[in-house]
Amino acid sequence: MTSNDFIDISNAQTIPLSDIPVIDYPRFMACVTDELRQPANHCLNYYGVADGNRYWFICCIACDETHRIRLYSHEAPKSITSLDSLTPECPQLYIFEREIHENFGINFDGHPWLKPVRWPFDRHNPDSNMNNYPFYAIPSEELHEVGVGPIHAGVIEPGHFRFICNGEKVLHLEIHLGYQHRGAEKLVAPGNGLQRALLCESIAGDTSVASSIVHAQLIESLAGIEVSQNLQLERCLGLELERIAVHIGDTAALCADVAYQLGQVVNEALRTTFINTTQYWCGNRFGKGLVRPGGTHYPLSDDILREIRRVLGDSGKRYFDIADRIYTLPTVLARFDGIGSLSHEQTLTIGAVGMAARTAQLARDIRKSHPFQYYSSFHHQPVLLETGDVLARGMLRYREVQQSVELIEMWGKQWEAMPHHVNPPVYDYRLRPASFAISAAEAWRGELCHTAITDADGNLIHYKVKDPSLHNWMALALAVRNQEISDFPICNKSFNLSYCGYDL
Amino acid sequence: MISKRYAMLKEMHILRSHGWQYVPNLKRAELNPLFRGRPVISKTITPDEISRLKALCPVQAFVDEPFGLDMGKCVFCKECQYACPDTIKFTNDYKIAVTRRSDLIVRAGQEQLSFDLGAVRPEIRRIFKHSLKLRQVSAAGDNSCEMELNACGNVNFDMGRYGIEFVASPRHADGIVITGPISQNMAEALQICYDATPDPKLIILVGSDAIGGGMFSDSPAINRSFLNENHVDLYVPGNPAHPLSFINGVLELIGKQ
Repeated sequence: MTSNDFIDISNAQTIPLSDIPVIDYPRFMACVTDELRQPANHCLNYYGVADGNRYWFICCIACDETHRIRLYSHEAPKSITSLDSLTPECPQLYIFEREIHENFGINFDGHPWLKPVRWPFDRHNPDSNMNNYPFYAIPSEELHEVGVGPIHAGVIEPGHFRFICNGEKVLHLEIHLGYQHRGAEKLVAPGNGLQRALLCESIAGDTSVASSIVHAQLIESLAGIEVSQNLQLERCLGLELERIAVHIGDTAALCADVAYQLGQVVNEALRTTFINTTQYWCGNRFGKGLVRPGGTHYPLSDDILREIRRVLGDSGKRYFDIADRIYTLPTVLARFDGIGSLSHEQTLTIGAVGMAARTAQLARDIRKSHPFQYYSSFHHQPVLLETGDVLARGMLRYREVQQSVELIEMWGKQWEAMPHHVNPPVYDYRLRPASFAISAAEAWRGELCHTAITDADGNLIHYKVKDPSLHNWMALALAVRNQEISDFPICNKSFNLSYCGYDL
Repeated sequence: MISKRYAMLKEMHILRSHGWQYVPNLKRAELNPLFRGRPVISKTITPDEISRLKALCPVQAFVDEPFGLDMGKCVFCKECQYACPDTIKFTNDYKIAVTRRSDLIVRAGQEQLSFDLGAVRPEIRRIFKHSLKLRQVSAAGDNSCEMELNACGNVNFDMGRYGIEFVASPRHADGIVITGPISQNMAEALQICYDATPDPKLIILVGSDAIGGGMFSDSPAINRSFLNENHVDLYVPGNPAHPLSFINGVLELIGKQ
């Protein structure tokens, strides 16, 4: 590859559309294959845009070690019916090619399985229906199938899981999603400023703060809005509070699944104290409304900071007590240890992100690799674990809560020492015309990425959302192979992936 | 032996420091002042303010004659209060569940919501007063309402104390609780789940998305025909609906003191 083939940009940067080189497809294949052969690189997003009489495909490759995001692009006339698949060489692209196939009807020759991703309302093949889809089957006298969902036993989002089992052992899990498809992504671009912010915070309600940060910094970059240092810090503080709350809630769910009731009830109550702190700050337990483009209605105050510190001190300590107990208790360890393992090689192959990557010794964290907001003021060191099993995913949460508590304590002091500028949100912004912008952030699940394209008049004409679950559902499917089917619930909860974030 | 005894002491210490997390009175609990609950609109609202509010609202939740805010459409973003702070205010009143869709409209000057007992079918109070088992169906919800419904049964809110519980199967349920705007892809599963619930059964809608479609009311990806064909017994607004809104609404519905 030469520097004419790509352009390097950084997180939350806007560039003119004309700066993105368009190369021919064979060249694109060679370059992307080369890039993704490096273990530090992964595909941040790869998608198609319908533009006049052509499809324009943009591939964003992020490097874990530098602050770089490298863009490659190719184009094809709308009459195109097939392209050679990159998946055999770069398996992590399987999901992106499936999505392009579903949206535009392009067949990727050599792709092992072009299963629809989410059956969107505007899919290329309207006859394809998620209720009469033929599941993968293995004809056999010995094997049996188990179907679960879309409506599950608990109060959770819908999705269908189809297991092929030999006795109690899972040979294969097919994950069938799309039930949650609301058309969220397509509604963002036509909306006004306020509607866009509200849509983005509802893409996944358990990740509202992170989604709002990604959206806000994308808009701020496209509109050339600078936000104050204290606002950047406050956003990160909200993000870490969200991370703590969800991690503790997940710990409760994991304990519930192995019948450790003390762990369950204590963690449920502790999660309540953290989300109530977020409510104390902005009136909403999930942080809806806290982060908006350009400013906020809910600036941090001495009073709120005092409350955050009180809860961190009290509930934080109580969480560490119970977590110490959970992860030394033989009955719990016997259920978590060595279950649902994902190897380092597997995480690299599927392009795993977030917790799934970091529990298998893969240092993939946008806070470190592409620092955003206040994270650029220091060097974040992600927590890494080795074993890739349920125990590691539980322990990672424990260690990340410790880390988040330390971060918030550090930021509290820094916030007190810095000047405070308070601005209301900006909704009637003007975006730079004919531009492309990208924004990423590390939510509690992993990296979120939003990209946007504007036309010659500065109208938003394309908005693309990627949830970390798009990468990581495959991690769950791999982790349950050769496990007892009765261990599926703890495997599933240990990943806690998003249905609505994936289905959009 | 020593380590076992130590382990027990450690758990006792955890339980002790855990303390009393239970909310003793779910009907009188107070939420902090910033919580976005029942809105109040000033009687003295001017035509100029009305047109500003209507232009601002992201979901067209304002209605005319007389002017009011439809909590069934509202996504509780509170931008209207920031635009006209003297005219409209979201209070921290979480008792906002009602039995009729039209009662979700808060008119200018209105200080209370009406919970219309006439709309409660008599068999509901007769049969479900002491035990109500519910099946939750998330139909494209964003997972915040679902998490709040889970929280209703946790150690803090513990609605199980009233005999109200979520169950795993519609066969064991007395009704369904719907969250989300109801996607086309989930419409069939929702219908099957409802059909599988034995009579008599009730339907409860929870959250802005379920009641009015929320931000997705005009999306081509949703299909709300289920709601045109079936009677809804309780509406619980919110984005997401707070556990206290849900529990108090259900208690009122089944007539539990």
